[in-house]
Amino acid sequence: MSVRALEALKSKFGDAVIETHSDFGDDTAVVRAESWKEICRFLRDDPAMAFDMLVDLCGVDYPDRVPRFEVVLHLYSISKRHRLRLKARVGDAEGDGAEIDSVAHIWIGSNWFERETYDLMGISFKGHPDLRRILMYPEFEGHPLRKDYPANKTQPLVPYRTEAEAGLPLEKLAPFGIDEGMPFGRKVWRTERGES
Amino acid sequence: MEPLDLDLDENELELPSEPMHLNMGPSHPAMHGTVRIVLELSGETIVKSDVQIGYLHRGFEKMCERGTWTQVFPYVDRLNYVSPMLNNVGYALAVEKLCDVQVPDRCQWYRMILGELARISDHLTCNGAMAMELGAFTPFLWYIKAREMVWDILEEETGARLTHSFGRIGGMAAPPTPALKDMCREALPAILKLVEEGEGMLLKNRIFIDRLENIGKISGPEAIALSWTGPCLRSTGVAYDVRKAHPYLKYDEVDFDVPVGTCGDNMDRFLVRLGELRQSARIILQACERMADDGPVNVDDPRIVLPPKQDVYTTIEGTIQHFKLVMEGAKVPKGEVYSYTEGGNGELGFYLVSDGTGTPWRVRIRPPCFPITQGLSDLINGAMLSDIVPTFGSLNMIGGECDH
Repeated sequence: MSVRALEALKSKFGDAVIETHSDFGDDTAVVRAESWKEICRFLRDDPAMAFDMLVDLCGVDYPDRVPRFEVVLHLYSISKRHRLRLKARVGDAEGDGAEIDSVAHIWIGSNWFERETYDLMGISFKGHPDLRRILMYPEFEGHPLRKDYPANKTQPLVPYRTEAEAGLPLEKLAPFGIDEGMPFGRKVWRTERGES
Repeated sequence: MEPLDLDLDENELELPSEPMHLNMGPSHPAMHGTVRIVLELSGETIVKSDVQIGYLHRGFEKMCERGTWTQVFPYVDRLNYVSPMLNNVGYALAVEKLCDVQVPDRCQWYRMILGELARISDHLTCNGAMAMELGAFTPFLWYIKAREMVWDILEEETGARLTHSFGRIGGMAAPPTPALKDMCREALPAILKLVEEGEGMLLKNRIFIDRLENIGKISGPEAIALSWTGPCLRSTGVAYDVRKAHPYLKYDEVDFDVPVGTCGDNMDRFLVRLGELRQSARIILQACERMADDGPVNVDDPRIVLPPKQDVYTTIEGTIQHFKLVMEGAKVPKGEVYSYTEGGNGELGFYLVSDGTGTPWRVRIRPPCFPITQGLSDLINGAMLSDIVPTFGSLNMIGGECDH
C-alpha cells in the first residue's frame, strides 16, 4: 500500500531520499536530515499521503556508525490506512551535533515524543517549543539511552537549596518555585492541527 | 499559629489579583498514578497547566538491552500493570514478526482469550477508579469484584494474578488448562451482571452525570493530531481499532463491534470502555468455541522455543538446546520491525532493532498512555479545578507505561 508512498517520496524529493526498503512489510525511507521538516509536511498535507497521525518518534544509537543516531518516525494515515517509517541520521561519533528539525508544528502530538528523545538520547530538535527533560529530572547528567551511558552508572545527589540561593529563610519557601517546570514564560504556541 | 508575615506599615494590603499557583501531585489522593500537574488558577478556573510525568521511570528500554529477548517479558508485564497479558502478547508478536514465525492456531485463540480477559480487567479498573475518585465507592467495589473473577481465571491459567510473565517467543509458557473454557463461560455472565449493576448505579446518578457530561471534550481531528488511539480516540467518533483496521491473531474471524462515542467528553470515554468490555466478552465466548482442545501451542522450532523438560533431563540434545536458549537467548535475525496491537489504552507498538544476537539492540515501546497524557493539558485548560479528577480518571493514565 504505502510502497506508493515510497515511490512518491523518491520521485518528489530525489536525492533527499537516501534509501528505501520494505523489510518485514514495514515500508521505510531514510532521508537527509536537512529535508526532514519539508518531507514531513508533504507527507501530512499531500492528499495521496494523508499521514495525519504521528504514531511514534524515537531515537536509536549506533555508536559504530557516522552519523551516529537514527531518528525514527512512524506515521499512520487514518483515512488511507497505510503506514510509513521515516528515518534520518544525525550526530557525529562523539554524539555531538545531533540536531534535527522539530515536527511539533506539523503534528502537535510529537511534542512529548521529541522531548523524550531529547531526554533519553540527547538529540535536540530545532524549533521545538518547549524542549525540556520529561522523564528525567532537570539536574540529570547525560542521556541514559545512549550506548556509552553505563547501565549501572549512578547520578550525583542534587544538593539542597541554600538560603543564599533562595534569598529567603528556607521555612518561608513555597514548596515549588513560581516558574518551576512551567513553560509560562515561554512562547505561546498553537500549531495548525492536522485535518482528518 | 504563626502571625502572617506581613509588614503593614510598608506595604499596602490589597486584594490578591495575581493568578494562584497550585501544585497537584505527584501523589494526590484523588488521582491514581504518580503524575504532577502544576496549575495556574484564576479563582477555580484553570488558566494554564503543565503535566509532568516521569515519577515512575524505571529505565525499561535500557534494561531490555541487557538481557535476552525472552527476559523482556517480565518487564513488559510491569508497563501496563492492569492489563499485563496484552503487553505480553504484543511483545511476543513483535519478536515473532522479526523471527518470521507464526504461532499455531490454538495458541492464537489462547492469546486472544487471555488478552481480552486482560482488557476487561483494564476497563473495569479504569471505570471503577474513576467512579471512586468522584465519590462513588460502591460501584468501584462492584467492578473490583468483577475484576477478581477475571483475575481468578488468569491465576488458574498462569499462576499469577497480576504480573503473569506468561508470553514466550513462539508460544506461551504453558498450554491452556482443561478448565479454561468452562471458567470463562461461567465467569463472563457474572462479570457482565456486576458491570450492569454498577452501571445502573452510576448512569442514573445526577451528580455522576453532571461531572462527566461535556467535561474534557476533544474533537476527532484534535485527538488524531495528538496521536491519541484506543478508547480515548474512539470516544471522539473515530472508529480506529487496530483489531479491526489491521487484524492480527484471529480477530478477523470473530464477530465484534467497535463502540464509538460522539463528542469525546468524559462520559463518552466512560461509555466506550463499558461497550468495549461487552465486546471483549463476546470475543472470548467465540474464541472459546473455536479454540481446539488439543494440538500444539508452541511453534516447532528448537531455535526459539525451549525443549520439553523431559528431553532436557534425558537427552544431550535437549540439554544443550536448553542451555543455549537460556544462556545466550534465542537468536533473532538482524533487522528492525514495528509491530502494533490494541492494548488496553490504544495502539501498543514495539519497535525492535536486532543486531542478530540473543540480546535486543533496541526495544522501543510506544506506550498509548504517553500521547494521551500529553493531551491532558489541553483538556483541562479553561475548566474548573474539580474537573481534573474525572478527566484524568477517564484518560486512564498508567504510570508504568507512560513513564517507561
